[in-house]
Amino acid sequence: MSDNAAWLGKHEQTTDEQDTTVALRPSSRRLLVQLIRPYRWAGIGLIVAVVAEAAASLAIPYLVQQILDFGMPQLADGDGSLLTRLLVFMGIAVLIQVIGRVVFIRGSGRVGNSILLTLRRRLYKQFQKLSIGFHDKYTSGRAVSRMTSDVEAVQELVLQGLDVVVASGLTIIGATVLLLYLDWRLAIVAFLTYPLIFLLLRWFTGASTRGFRVVRTKSATTIVQFIETMTGIKAVQAFRREPRSRTQFREVAGDYRDANIHVMRVFARAMPGIQYIGHIGTVVVVLAGGIMVLQGELMVGVMAAFVLYLRMFFDPMQDIGQFVSSLQSALTALEKVASVMEEEVEVDDPAHPVAMETSRGRVTFDGVRFSYIEDAVVLPGLDLEIPAGQTVAVVGTTGAGKTTIAKLIARFYDPQEGAIRLDGVDLRDLDEDTLRRHVTLLTQENFIFSGSVAENIAFGRPDATREEVEAAAAAVGADTFIREMPLGFDTDTGKRGSRLSAGQRQLIAFSRVVLADPAVVILDEATSSLDIPSERLVQAALNTILADRTAIIIAHRLSTVEIADRVLVLQHGEIVEDGAPGELIRGGGRYADLHRAWLASLA
Amino acid sequence: MSSEVLPSARRRPALFRLLPYVKPYWKQFTLILVLAPVGVLMAMAIPMLLGYVVDGPIADGDVLGVVGVALLILLAGTADSGVNFARRWMMSRITSIIEANIRFDLFDKLQALQMGFHKRWESGQLLSRIMSDLGLLRRFTSFGLLMLVMNTAQIIGVLTIMLVMYWQLGLTVLVLIIPVVIVTRILVGHSTRLSRKVQDATGDVASLSEESLHGVRVIRSFGRVRFAFDKFDEGAVRLRDLGVRRMNLSSVLWTLLEAFPNVLLVLVAGVASYAAAAGVLTLGQVVAFVTLLLSIAWPVGSLGFLLSFAGEAESAATRVSEVFDSEVTIVSGNKTIGDPQGRLELVDVEFQFDDADLPTLRGINLTIEPGETVALVGGTGSGKSTLVALIPRLLDVTGGQILLDGVDIRDLDLRQLRSLIGTAFEDPILFSMSARENLTLGRPDATDDEIAEAVRVARAEFVYDLPWGLDTRLGEQGLSLSGGQRQRLALARAILVGPKLLVLDDTLSALDIHTEAEVEEALKSTLVGVTGIVVAHRASTVLLADRVAMLVEGRIAHVGTHSELLASVPEYRELLSADYTIEPKLGEV
Repeated sequence: MSDNAAWLGKHEQTTDEQDTTVALRPSSRRLLVQLIRPYRWAGIGLIVAVVAEAAASLAIPYLVQQILDFGMPQLADGDGSLLTRLLVFMGIAVLIQVIGRVVFIRGSGRVGNSILLTLRRRLYKQFQKLSIGFHDKYTSGRAVSRMTSDVEAVQELVLQGLDVVVASGLTIIGATVLLLYLDWRLAIVAFLTYPLIFLLLRWFTGASTRGFRVVRTKSATTIVQFIETMTGIKAVQAFRREPRSRTQFREVAGDYRDANIHVMRVFARAMPGIQYIGHIGTVVVVLAGGIMVLQGELMVGVMAAFVLYLRMFFDPMQDIGQFVSSLQSALTALEKVASVMEEEVEVDDPAHPVAMETSRGRVTFDGVRFSYIEDAVVLPGLDLEIPAGQTVAVVGTTGAGKTTIAKLIARFYDPQEGAIRLDGVDLRDLDEDTLRRHVTLLTQENFIFSGSVAENIAFGRPDATREEVEAAAAAVGADTFIREMPLGFDTDTGKRGSRLSAGQRQLIAFSRVVLADPAVVILDEATSSLDIPSERLVQAALNTILADRTAIIIAHRLSTVEIADRVLVLQHGEIVEDGAPGELIRGGGRYADLHRAWLASLA
Repeated sequence: MSSEVLPSARRRPALFRLLPYVKPYWKQFTLILVLAPVGVLMAMAIPMLLGYVVDGPIADGDVLGVVGVALLILLAGTADSGVNFARRWMMSRITSIIEANIRFDLFDKLQALQMGFHKRWESGQLLSRIMSDLGLLRRFTSFGLLMLVMNTAQIIGVLTIMLVMYWQLGLTVLVLIIPVVIVTRILVGHSTRLSRKVQDATGDVASLSEESLHGVRVIRSFGRVRFAFDKFDEGAVRLRDLGVRRMNLSSVLWTLLEAFPNVLLVLVAGVASYAAAAGVLTLGQVVAFVTLLLSIAWPVGSLGFLLSFAGEAESAATRVSEVFDSEVTIVSGNKTIGDPQGRLELVDVEFQFDDADLPTLRGINLTIEPGETVALVGGTGSGKSTLVALIPRLLDVTGGQILLDGVDIRDLDLRQLRSLIGTAFEDPILFSMSARENLTLGRPDATDDEIAEAVRVARAEFVYDLPWGLDTRLGEQGLSLSGGQRQRLALARAILVGPKLLVLDDTLSALDIHTEAEVEEALKSTLVGVTGIVVAHRASTVLLADRVAMLVEGRIAHVGTHSELLASVPEYRELLSADYTIEPKLGEV
């Protein structure tokens, strides 16, 4: 099994990977009901259309029969009125069939596609709501597979199936009634096949659920492998990894293929199986009916009619089986989706958020204890007070907890103990919008979205005017290179800004912050890819931009630290030095060492 | 937003292009095609046998006859279900294998396609091709195709019988069919084009989903969930609208073909009745004719669905073919270097992106001797990373040439070329696989000792402290690691290749000064005899190099040692020296 392949490495399992139960989780059925509920009236309308259409198309052969048996002979006798009447009826039946069919197909198309839209929207929102900690573990490849192939698996159910199941259901009910009416004893003989069909369907639903579940998992693994390879194609090619990633892809896509074969073979057994039970039922009825006729307990005519309706009783069973299978497939996909929907939002909006129109930008860490995984405490108990408007630089070795502090202020995570406060208000009492308006985190991960350069800068404040966007770019010196691009600010950034250098991406990210204008800015190694002139420009800009706001700057390039009012030296999650840069340099501690080394490196 | 649609001339259907994948299984397909009618005949035999048993043995009181016919029904039923089972069993295997084989080849093709292609195509579009489109093709081949063939055969058969037996009526039916065929053709054409749009929109939604998930941290930092949602929603709503439009079109196409046999029936019943009354036709002839018409009602009715399904499969095949048709412009040469030294010559190198008006790099001349290290410096966007990408042929020069040990790298075996070069990119590019897998990207057979040595040089010992050591899966893009940690892993990876030419594209930028100094010290002692190219923003990194080449607007403006350039070139001082003051420049801004 590729899931255990060594190359993937070990990691903490997320809940939806731990599929051990046979039964479908009730959550998937609940989700389906939730999705369908808004369309229940439309659904009833669709069923009416199907019934009308089915009745009309069934009436047509009957009317033909009538024409042949009565209409034509009467016409031969010179009376064409019955024929005309029957032809008119047929015309009406065709009309009803046409209207019913068109209404049904259009209606189900609208309802089905709307359900898929709702599903996509809900998934999107949920993924954007789940904590960054969740995303770190879940990986975007798997999330993409939830939003694409799993949703598409639901598609097959919602876009078809309803008409078949309604028509089949009606036919079976009709046939059942007729069979009972014709001869109840013989009908019971026919019904004896029910337990067999029931057993088969029970095996089938179990086996197909298990099968589909493997299909969904393998499809996700294939998607993950595909996306990772394509996202990292540069490294793949430069390191000649093609043969190995080819092998790995064949492994996972091969597993996906085998899972598909397996589940299709469950069908290959079940569908002909249902059919075969029908055939056996027919044989038993023929024998039983034959004996009853021979014993004079049954009229030959009744027997003839009975046999005719028997087909109507057994044939639609297969259609129902087919429907059950697409239902299973959809429910299994929904199971994956539902597991995301039910994922607890660890960092959630409070029930009663505190309003905070403006923020002064005072940040307080109050006995904050934090660890990503148990036993590995990153911050054992941090107390820190950053007055409004102060610029604080945090330095320290890798793993000291600098980035963790940044992520906690941005509330990517919540602390296990203690509290982080903005202007004295616990971050957990602020809703997402308020927090993001006042606090912005800028990291070295400068994601560029598809769209123009201007749109990317305006991401900091979507309602900004073009002048404001250009001014923000100018403030950090990004306008020079932007104006040199083919269409200036309107240049398309291409796929993820791949044509932009890392430094240019950082400058665009800085422009975003300038535009966003928050009270608290956190810069996490945000200038590492800039060349020195750009860095100077950014610093000069920061000097003015950060003048009236709180800033937390994490950098090992002390050039960035120079503009700070205060420096914190962090070690193992604890503050070991705290003071103004000049003071610390004079003090001769760790920071003084760092500073000396930095000066030496500039030679 | 949407993918580039190659303006392809009307050629033979794209589905035919995929025939080579079907070919190895022609025996199974033939067997299925032979078995299917057998199954149909058996299924048709059962009602006839039922009619016979009621009218014959049961009515006659023939017990043995009843049992005999019952056995015949059982036999026919067994054959029917057996054929059904065999067909599904075989189909499930061959169609899944065909799907997977196309998927394998598509993946190989995508891996072979150069960076230029990947920058143009959104990965969501590629994803929807390799997953949704191929899945659709599998479903079409496993039952749509067979039904299409069988139903068409049945319709043609019945029409032939009609024409032969009652040519006047048959001809009338044929004439009536012509407009329906024309309208159907038009509708199927529309439906196929609409399917293409739906598939492209599906790809766009995949791209938007992917973008929102890759950018989740930035979206969150700026509190732009709603803004980003609106963008996604636009794509999702477009997909919904296109889906609705396609179903609306289907409602016309499907209904047309479902109702047509019935319309025909009404007309024929009317006409034939009068013809019979006039004595032109006998009642028996009319009955037979109507029965024939009834027998093709279902095959004709299902044709609407099947044809739109085929159209969907065709446009999926087109989308897949577009990738297969994309030209691989960076192909391997066939020369190899027997004893690589690592002498790199850039001769009049020019590079221009295919959609740009001006070259990014022009007239680059630079020779790097074996064992020498050259630093590339230059302002943001001066073309350093582009130049570095030319060496392992991630991009190809558009003018001039690059020689490695005197051989044009385009003539070199690509695998050898790339095996001689170890690159640490400015963006570390980690995969969510084990740390070991990430480290050994360029050398899968590296021993633990070799890994340990590369890790030591890159000061990446932290990997051993991860929860499962080297076996720990690095999260998404290694994002749970700090920037410096990721860079050190990327560096260790490049070193582990054991390259003749080591390229460091601003790889040490996120390291703290102590670590950077340690790494540089270790690099110097380890990489004796290795040619180096170091893209640098800092004086500290430049010191790793013997010479410095300064890029200005795509040209090498200055070459010299660090101290030479520092002394003689003011722009260089501005670029690298911390002492240089930018106050005058600020005034201009």
